[in-house]
Amino acid sequence: MTARRTVLEAAEIRRALTRIAHEVLERNKGADDLVLLGIPTRGVTLATRLGRRLTEIEGRPVPVGSLDATMYRDDLRRQPVRTIAPTELPDGGIDDKVVVLVDDVLFSGRTIRAALDALSDLGRPRAVRLAVLVDRGHRELPIRADHVGKNLPTSLSERVRVALEEVDGTDEVRIESDAAEVSA
Amino acid sequence: MRHLLSAADLDRAQAVTVLDVAEQMAATQRREIKKLPTLRGRTVVNLFFEDSTRTRISFEAAAKRLSADVINFSAKGSSVSKGESLKDTALTLEAMGADAVVVRHPASGAPHRLAHAGWTRGAVVNAGDGTHEHPTQALLDAFTMRRHLVENATGADLAGRRVALVGDVLHSRVARSNVLLLNTLGAHVVLVAPPTLLPVGVEGWPCEVSYDLDATLAGGHGDLDAVMMLRVQAERMNASYFPSVREYSRRYGLDARRVGLLPEHTVVMHPGPMNRGLEISADAADSPRSTIVEQVTNGVAVRMAVLYLLLAGARDLAPAGPPADEVALTEGVLP
Amino acid sequence: MTTTTAGTTWLVRRSRVLGGQPTDVLVENGVVAEIGPGLSAAGASVLDADGLVLLPGLVDLHTHLREPGREDAETVETGSQAAARGGFTAVHAMANTDPVADTAGVVEQVWRLGRRSGWVDVRPVGAVTVGLAGERLAELGAMADSAAGVRVFSDDGKCVSDAVLMRRALEYVKAFDGVVAQHAQEPRLTDGAQMHEGAVSAVLGLRGWPAVAEEAIIARDVLLAGHVGSRLHVCHLSTAGSVEIVRWAKGRGIDVTAEVTPHHLLLTDEEVRSYDPVFKVNPPLRTAEDVMALREALADGTIDIVATDHAPHPVEDKDCEWAAAAMGMTGLETALSVVQHTMVETGLLDWAGVAQRMSAAPARIGRLADQGRPLVVGEPAHLTLVDPAARWTVEPHTMATMGRNSPFRGRELPGQVVATFYAGHPTVLDGKLAGPRPGTTPGRDA
Repeated sequence: MTARRTVLEAAEIRRALTRIAHEVLERNKGADDLVLLGIPTRGVTLATRLGRRLTEIEGRPVPVGSLDATMYRDDLRRQPVRTIAPTELPDGGIDDKVVVLVDDVLFSGRTIRAALDALSDLGRPRAVRLAVLVDRGHRELPIRADHVGKNLPTSLSERVRVALEEVDGTDEVRIESDAAEVSA
Repeated sequence: MRHLLSAADLDRAQAVTVLDVAEQMAATQRREIKKLPTLRGRTVVNLFFEDSTRTRISFEAAAKRLSADVINFSAKGSSVSKGESLKDTALTLEAMGADAVVVRHPASGAPHRLAHAGWTRGAVVNAGDGTHEHPTQALLDAFTMRRHLVENATGADLAGRRVALVGDVLHSRVARSNVLLLNTLGAHVVLVAPPTLLPVGVEGWPCEVSYDLDATLAGGHGDLDAVMMLRVQAERMNASYFPSVREYSRRYGLDARRVGLLPEHTVVMHPGPMNRGLEISADAADSPRSTIVEQVTNGVAVRMAVLYLLLAGARDLAPAGPPADEVALTEGVLP
Repeated sequence: MTTTTAGTTWLVRRSRVLGGQPTDVLVENGVVAEIGPGLSAAGASVLDADGLVLLPGLVDLHTHLREPGREDAETVETGSQAAARGGFTAVHAMANTDPVADTAGVVEQVWRLGRRSGWVDVRPVGAVTVGLAGERLAELGAMADSAAGVRVFSDDGKCVSDAVLMRRALEYVKAFDGVVAQHAQEPRLTDGAQMHEGAVSAVLGLRGWPAVAEEAIIARDVLLAGHVGSRLHVCHLSTAGSVEIVRWAKGRGIDVTAEVTPHHLLLTDEEVRSYDPVFKVNPPLRTAEDVMALREALADGTIDIVATDHAPHPVEDKDCEWAAAAMGMTGLETALSVVQHTMVETGLLDWAGVAQRMSAAPARIGRLADQGRPLVVGEPAHLTLVDPAARWTVEPHTMATMGRNSPFRGRELPGQVVATFYAGHPTVLDGKLAGPRPGTTPGRDA
């Protein structure tokens, strides 16, 4: 039996992204040289949404791309083999840009570590920042997010599920755990 | 799946996955920094019992671009006698800790034997065995066809496409792998050859057979999307498979006139190395619709994909779930 | 005369003679002394054979004992031990040794080795042509007249492909009632051949051994045998087409006999998909249709006998890629089980039929006077007791043969040889080797 608990609903996800958009602009002092790179799969969806917000706020397009870090992971051998998603950099590339990496959940930090390695093979940004919808803690590397939609204290036995309309048909973040552990 | 021994080892989903991953690999090869850290610490042995500089270099480049350690072992001409050499060499490689063995061997089934006789634990990739199969060649051919013939290629197969394989089917490992893979991917295959160069039993293959190249090129088996010319080996010339090189070339060679019979979009392919003037004329080989040079380029990306899928994760070529992200890493797919 | 120095008397209780009703058999001084229910004999060793089938000792017309020359693969001693365990009391040792058994000297050497071993009657086969080269006749008469008393001549492993040479051989052996056992394989059609040519070879990319290469030679040879009025024996017939030709020839009154191997009665070319060289054999494994035709032909008498073509090879000759591997399979210790599985349990043959095809007929073709005899009082006590209810899993390393190349490895088969009596002496008891027959003097005219 799996216990499910919704922690963010569609409206909250929307508000979190709007807040992150404003934070990004504030931190960058505008949209100049900004490039959003989503980490597949749901990070790309979030980056697209965030890009749309930024464009609305600033009145000019903010470039959005994707960065797949699979081939840079340090845990490939521990997992079943993964397919590789496209890495697509916007026209203009990333050299001397401010890259904001966008992902759905920040957990161990290993994906971001891999993404930073991948990024350095693609060019030399002026700065790299990290925006995530959920930070669930339990970092295994010295990595932190610059922009967080929601901090979610979790136990290691719990699972954080992010569902997004474009991929999953609905917007929702929920925590799942085995019933026995919840009651314990 | 632990090994890639035959094109028949791949079902449609797996074959499409290889092509999709190859597409991403190809993208990385257009970057300034082409090397990826993916297979760091893994050892790939190129075990070649037969000269094939092209195939060996292609696999070597693929493994090195993925940061694997590469050991080239050319067994041809070494003093080990036939038979002994395969087993003893395999045991040596096992002792060296080979994670993958890429094997080219003149005997059909040698990679199969290597994979299943218990001599090595590494993944075995068939890089051409006798007159049996050459699955990575078929994959790179399919990759090349998909790029030319299918829009929005990612995730797509070759359903409904028509491909003619022309020439020495009997002795061709490329033809065997291509017939199997193209069929898996939904394409229609027509083999065109003199009856002497078709195997007894070909009627059981998932393809059509023609003895008449002109009729087939002119649409006798439907409009062709690709024509692949097979190499005619020198040693067949004097074994009564056909009366003379001139007659073979006249009946089964691809020249400018025959290219002219083809629809506008049809691509001309050849796995190489070519006998210019025999199975293919220079102007056909060098025509704009020829993909022959591109096939070589694509070979590296496809072999990177195969090595990645066999070596990067757990021992299964089938992808486990969605692309990497933090959720998928711990949880898999949402219901 | 056959004499037995060991005076042991054996009373075999309640065995089913040729699968019939249980009865007792008394074996004394190397012959069947009495048959009937409720026998007793003072001082006799008693063998309780309840549920066992009693057959005449099996005779193999086609065995490779490898000695002289390939003692790393098999010796006369180990090969004849394997034969005894398989229920055989006589084997014909093929001529493709090194040196080739093409002179009286070599066949006598093999014959003496067999005599010394004492597990079975080892009958050398003489080569048809010098060195199996297919160019000129070996001294067939000298081999026939030698102590070995050769009656079967074969270049097995190679085909006597030259039509004139084959004609001469067929004619010449008439002088001493010999027979030419032909390995039917047209050499040009099978150059470099690796497996049966058909759907499977097309997929595997292994060079094909077409059925027609066997059938063309058999067709030619039966016509030659008919023309010169000789008898012809066809080795390891493997195709449905060959069956048709032999059936036609017999219908015409041509004196032709034919053999089939146990492996061709059970296995098909589908096995080759594993590329495991244990399935590499010559002639190759054929299709399921061929297997069914061979079974029917063995049942209806078109094929006269089962012969093992027992062909042991050292491990290294099979532990390699297919093309480099040697051709051949072991068979002595699995033959009867495979025949029970494919012929008896399918209802195609009863045990009397098995005895005919694995004992009487091969002995008659090989002109072995004291083998393959009926199970009646006064006949030599070459006997095999088989437990048809037993089932066992083939494990090559437990066999008596040195060869580990059994294609039935890991397979469960019915029927176990419990005891073998060679001229009244138990060479096998309880399914294990008991001991060779002491001090024998087997002779052709026993």
